[in-house]
Amino acid sequence: MTPTRKRRLIMIGAILVAAAAATTLIVLALQQNMTYLFTPSEILAGKVPDGARFRIGGMVKEGSVERGQSLTVAFVVTDGDGDMRVEYNGILPDLFRDKQSVIATGSMQGNQFLATEVLAKHDETYVPRDVAEAMDKAHRKHNVPAEADKPTP
Amino acid sequence: MNDFLAMGGYATYVWSSYAIFVAGLLIDYLAPRWRNRRIITELHGRLARQKKKTETAT
Amino acid sequence: MNTLSLWFHKFGSPPTFYRLSRLLCPWLFAAACLIGAVGLYAGLVLAPADYQQSDAYRIIFIHVPCAWMSLFAYIFMAANAFIAVVWRIKISEILAMASAPVGAMFTAVTLLTGAIWGKPMWGTWWTWDARLTSELVLLFLYLGVIGLFSAIEDRRQAARAAGFLALIGIVNVPIVHFSVNWWNTLHQGSTVRLLGPSRIDASMLWPLLLMALATHIWFFASVLARSRSSVLEQESGKEWVREIVQAQGVRRE
Repeated sequence: MTPTRKRRLIMIGAILVAAAAATTLIVLALQQNMTYLFTPSEILAGKVPDGARFRIGGMVKEGSVERGQSLTVAFVVTDGDGDMRVEYNGILPDLFRDKQSVIATGSMQGNQFLATEVLAKHDETYVPRDVAEAMDKAHRKHNVPAEADKPTP
Repeated sequence: MNDFLAMGGYATYVWSSYAIFVAGLLIDYLAPRWRNRRIITELHGRLARQKKKTETAT
Repeated sequence: MNTLSLWFHKFGSPPTFYRLSRLLCPWLFAAACLIGAVGLYAGLVLAPADYQQSDAYRIIFIHVPCAWMSLFAYIFMAANAFIAVVWRIKISEILAMASAPVGAMFTAVTLLTGAIWGKPMWGTWWTWDARLTSELVLLFLYLGVIGLFSAIEDRRQAARAAGFLALIGIVNVPIVHFSVNWWNTLHQGSTVRLLGPSRIDASMLWPLLLMALATHIWFFASVLARSRSSVLEQESGKEWVREIVQAQGVRRE
């Protein structure tokens, strides 16, 4: 390798290492500050500043959905450790149902969350309907909780 | 057939994404072809001009 | 190093490259269309509906292959840009710049089909979560490379300057890929995994992999077709180009 090429190679290598280091630092910094959502137990622990608009994420608690007049709906979002009641007036996504992961944007009002937008989050599993039903049946027969076949985060 | 086209009620979403995909590929296929043709026409014209110049010079 | 540079000099010599690419291109495009057609038929007709998303999940058969290609094209572009910046090999400059528009197309299709998929399933076209935002940054990087390349008059200098930008931007590639693990996002994690079992039923996986194969072949076909034009343009004064132009011009008259 000629000296010029070697010099170029070292230069480019150094710049790439510097860029990678800078990005790693930014990513690490963002990981602490960039929270896309808070879980109910984090809210109950007081991690959210008062009056702030933020997102709450968790699973819709089974049997907690109460439909009110027209489009008003209330449900409980849970992360296993804490529960938070969410009120919402608007159109829900097609995937919204019991035991579905949801992300709601809004703010606290008293001790419940007033949402202006509710989004459904789905997992990365794709299964045909009959296979899912068969798996569900087998689980119920052997008394395996539904979470067993889901990935642990 | 109608069931297939309806896509379980998601026809607009499914078919519009497939249309975008096909349109993207089509543009990607045609763009270099047009550019190639343009370059060849240009070079051909330049060659013809050069030839004429040398012929008139002699 | 010697065998590699020999290889580059042989296949990287413009006339050889031009002829080889003209020979390969139609076959590659045909193969991509054929495999893609089988993949689309399998994805739209043969694959069963999803238990949760019913037929809306069928967008996966184009969204995910395009998303893979948006990263693959970037890595290919950056690798060629690296060779171009350090060794100044002409054909690498051309290959790097040819892959930018193809990658940009795949990134745009990924973002658009993702938005269309997100509306019925998540309930929104767009959200500023880490995966969506980093993929948008990827699109801007592609556009930046294309813009810088076209802004500089001298083709070789332009390719090296734009290649340098492409090289710096490579730091975004792992961010796009790992964003769903590093942050809490609305976007779900990876379905198909190289390590460990994939989270998709076999009846839905094989159409997806076929589509991925088709888009990869398409990428190389398109890059070759674009590079061929650039080779012709940059070598316009050479004798072999004159011969080709005359042959093609005669054919059209």
